[in-house]
Amino acid sequence: MLAWTIYISFLGALILLLLPKSSTTLARVVALVFAVAGSAIAITTFFQYRTGELFTIVRVPWVPTLGIEYLLAADGISLTLVLLTGIVAITGILFSWNIEHRTKEFFAFYLLLIGSVYGVFLSFDLFLLFVFYEIVIIPKYFLIAIWGSTRKEYGAMKLALYSFIGSAMVLVGLIATYVASGLHTLSLPELVANAHFSPQFQMWAFPLVFVGFAILAGLWPFHTWAPTGHVAAPTAASMLLAGVVMKLGAYGCLRVAMTLFPLGLAPWSHHFLFLSSWRDVFALLAVIGIVYGAMVALVQSDFKFVIGYSSVSHMGFILLGLMTLNQIGISGAVIQMFSHGILASLLFAVVGRMVYDRTHTRDLPTLGPMNLNKVIPFAAATFVVAGMAGMGLPGFSGFVAELMILIGAWRAFPGLALCVGFGIIVGIVYVWRAMQKAFFAGDDLKPSPEGDSAQPRFEGDGLEPVHPTPATNRALAPEGHCPPISSPERLGAIILICTSIAIGLYPQMLLKVITPALNSPLFTGLRGGAW
Amino acid sequence: MPVPWLTILTLLPVAGAVIVRLTGRNGRTTRAVALAFSLAALLLTLFLAGHFDKTTAALQFPERHAWIPALNIDYRLGVDGLGLLMLLLSAIVVPIAMAASWKIESRTRLYFALILLLQSCLFGTFTALNFVHWFTFWELSLIPAFFLIKLWGGPKRSPAATQFLVYTMVGSVAMLLSFLAIFLATHNFDFIELAQLAQTNTLMPVVISTLGGYHFLPHNLALFIFLGALLGFAVKVPLIPFHTWLPAAYTEAPTGATILLTGAMSKMGLYGFLRILLPIFFPQMQAVLTPLLWLAVATVVLSAYAALAQRDLKRIFAYSSINHLGYCLLAIFAVAKFTGGDPGLTTQKFAAMNGIMLQMFNHGLTAAAIFWFIALIEQRSNGLRTLDDFGGLRKVAPVFSGLMGIALFSSLGLPGLNGFISEFLIFKGSFPLVTWATSISVLGLMLTAVVILGVIQNVFSGPLDSRWFTFPDLTTGERLALAPIIALMFALGLYPQLILSFINSTSTSLIQHLSF
Repeated sequence: MLAWTIYISFLGALILLLLPKSSTTLARVVALVFAVAGSAIAITTFFQYRTGELFTIVRVPWVPTLGIEYLLAADGISLTLVLLTGIVAITGILFSWNIEHRTKEFFAFYLLLIGSVYGVFLSFDLFLLFVFYEIVIIPKYFLIAIWGSTRKEYGAMKLALYSFIGSAMVLVGLIATYVASGLHTLSLPELVANAHFSPQFQMWAFPLVFVGFAILAGLWPFHTWAPTGHVAAPTAASMLLAGVVMKLGAYGCLRVAMTLFPLGLAPWSHHFLFLSSWRDVFALLAVIGIVYGAMVALVQSDFKFVIGYSSVSHMGFILLGLMTLNQIGISGAVIQMFSHGILASLLFAVVGRMVYDRTHTRDLPTLGPMNLNKVIPFAAATFVVAGMAGMGLPGFSGFVAELMILIGAWRAFPGLALCVGFGIIVGIVYVWRAMQKAFFAGDDLKPSPEGDSAQPRFEGDGLEPVHPTPATNRALAPEGHCPPISSPERLGAIILICTSIAIGLYPQMLLKVITPALNSPLFTGLRGGAW
Repeated sequence: MPVPWLTILTLLPVAGAVIVRLTGRNGRTTRAVALAFSLAALLLTLFLAGHFDKTTAALQFPERHAWIPALNIDYRLGVDGLGLLMLLLSAIVVPIAMAASWKIESRTRLYFALILLLQSCLFGTFTALNFVHWFTFWELSLIPAFFLIKLWGGPKRSPAATQFLVYTMVGSVAMLLSFLAIFLATHNFDFIELAQLAQTNTLMPVVISTLGGYHFLPHNLALFIFLGALLGFAVKVPLIPFHTWLPAAYTEAPTGATILLTGAMSKMGLYGFLRILLPIFFPQMQAVLTPLLWLAVATVVLSAYAALAQRDLKRIFAYSSINHLGYCLLAIFAVAKFTGGDPGLTTQKFAAMNGIMLQMFNHGLTAAAIFWFIALIEQRSNGLRTLDDFGGLRKVAPVFSGLMGIALFSSLGLPGLNGFISEFLIFKGSFPLVTWATSISVLGLMLTAVVILGVIQNVFSGPLDSRWFTFPDLTTGERLALAPIIALMFALGLYPQLILSFINSTSTSLIQHLSF
């Protein structure tokens, strides 16, 4: 059943291409219907999933001579991310409701992207996984290059090149795996169970594959594609890019690199500075990413770049959580994948759709005097909630994820955990700064609404307060050019906010599928008795 | 299955907030719906008080469910006398804050929804018994408070709101780090269980043996963990020198929000002292008791002295709030001074402990009432509220002056009114325990008397300014709304047992916890 998430999305893309050119509304509705259908399957399966075991969905030989199979399966981690993809897919379409330029192609590429993302999360044959992973790059490139803004060709090309470099590294790793295992298969469960790679092999294969995937996860210093790509992309594409595609990288790191080559994380025989294993190296890079991303976000004047760099910072948490190699840390990393997927989508939706499409600027100093908190209060409220959730306020998904990662990191790398604390504080400041500058700066330019001007005055007998005319707050607002927030936008924002709060208040919803997955035989090598 | 009363109580204002947001643009409906919900919460709290077993210090109306098993976090609720008292106070203060905000005309729905959300956070904070759960509400309460100041405040609201948020946030982060350290060692976030560990003197040794191996951590780790937790509460109450956010925030906030800040939110800090710091960290608190006592004395005396220098009524009572809560801090540190079961000291500690809790309630009630009167003055004077603007109001508004005078005298600590009993108990209990500190603090009492008499003189007596010839007296509606509060002040002043009966057992058990 779960496999249908992939087929339905591809089918939707095909049907969209066959639609007549003029029918933009029809294209939107069709896209939404197919996205909802895919998500519905994802959601029902997620809530039906009880056992915690890896379950196979489809298994047929594909290229028998090479032992390649068409193997779709899922465990708790895949399910969590499939659920995320489903939710982001629906909201992405809701936030793209205003696309007028080549609408049907836009949604066709969109559904193609969604379908292949489902494919990556469900593939347990490494070759199949790689195929889906490569398909993702194509719609991603066109979505940015055709519908993007600000230096879109540059952004699209940079993103595509980085992705291809990462893929090339992964491919080399996979071929080496195929040859070295001698099992004539690329099925992940079989490789984990039966292949005994030598420690020397794992020691170079692990970093190769890990970095290959981590490029897409925004690992510092290979993150530079991310901010430019996010900024250039149209809203729905930035939502998918930050919300889902970056998770593909993190998922690949965990699912392929770490599961296949656990010994690659073992200590080296010698120390290099204070680093003694690949684990230390990547944890350090992750922490640098957290702090660097936050500090760069602090000084951006382009609103979308703030969010772009915040994604780099938040993805650092995921990579750090993976490197803790304890159950709390890795569970936290998976929850952070989900949480950041939801929140980054929401933030990009606010910035790209709600603000940029109305004001046609993303420059924070220019946005300030527009007094957006009065003009589009819903956008301001959404950004406040999303920002708070992102900075790790309790009650939202970000807090649970960061708390678990922090606890895990403290056990594994106490020194780095302190640096992460610093990153979190910078994170609070940049969200605050962006919120203040984008939505509330205009508010400070005029006198108090209650304090001096709007207070009722008494006259005559004083029993009948006389209200002064309301202050003209909107003098600076682009009145007349600013359509109100539409229903699809409201619906999308509410879906995402509710998801974040639900996970924040009841993280067990995700943990109950993640924990058994981490305790499954797939992760035996990684556990190594450590947790 | 027993009815989850506390969960219902916490969620009731949230439901109210949602419904308030859905009301139409008519401000009247919005206010009525919001007030109805706050009164419903008050009724529910009174109902709980009626079913509260006063003879035991056990946690009542308990709820406990597994919540995040991976982190050993339970959804655990319960109230003892202290918790119930705070619920009552919050439930009383919120309708007062709404009444004082009756004239808010801009974005009415959002304003009242935020007040209801804040109430929910207050209820959550006073009932949660697990750190993560409690911290969630503690932090979330900042958001409505921040926006109440930021969107409806006075001319300098923006810096005031930011300062308020940054101070509290820094305190919270320090506290979070401390509790994370404890969690890493004990794998436990439960206040009650941590307090038991502390009582058997196993908590800090476990923490030190687990975390002590990290050479970059300070040598006296236990003390630093305590100081981190202390910072969070010290900012909230506040303890001098962490108070500097307060005058700006209280002054710039719309008066309804000021009522919430001083009446209820400052009690979150004191509640934390009693529920968390004292039971879990008392050995560390004892280690730095002398400096803490000095800070408490400074809080009491300097804030009263600062109030003396102010002309703005809101600023005067902002500093006066710091002074009144300083007495509580003084008594808390006094109680922490001696452990051991010396019966003579136990009596003193018991008096002081009862005094603290009573003072928390009384200050909340009195301060809320005084700020309400200030809001009424502002409404009548088009926002003017400095001492120099007024004079002789007694002649044109006798009822107003009389009732506000009662509230002011209650704040001053006049016998027969509620403020007297609690301050008396605090001084009676603290004096034998920490004689020097209590003696110096008496200075604060005297300065407060000067401040309040000064206010009465400047506002109500003297020549009447021509601007205020038509200053309207209290309307019938306002009189009816104020009457129960004034009556409660008298009732508590004459019959403090009304509240004391709820907290006696809790005080006894807290003191027993500290005697080993």
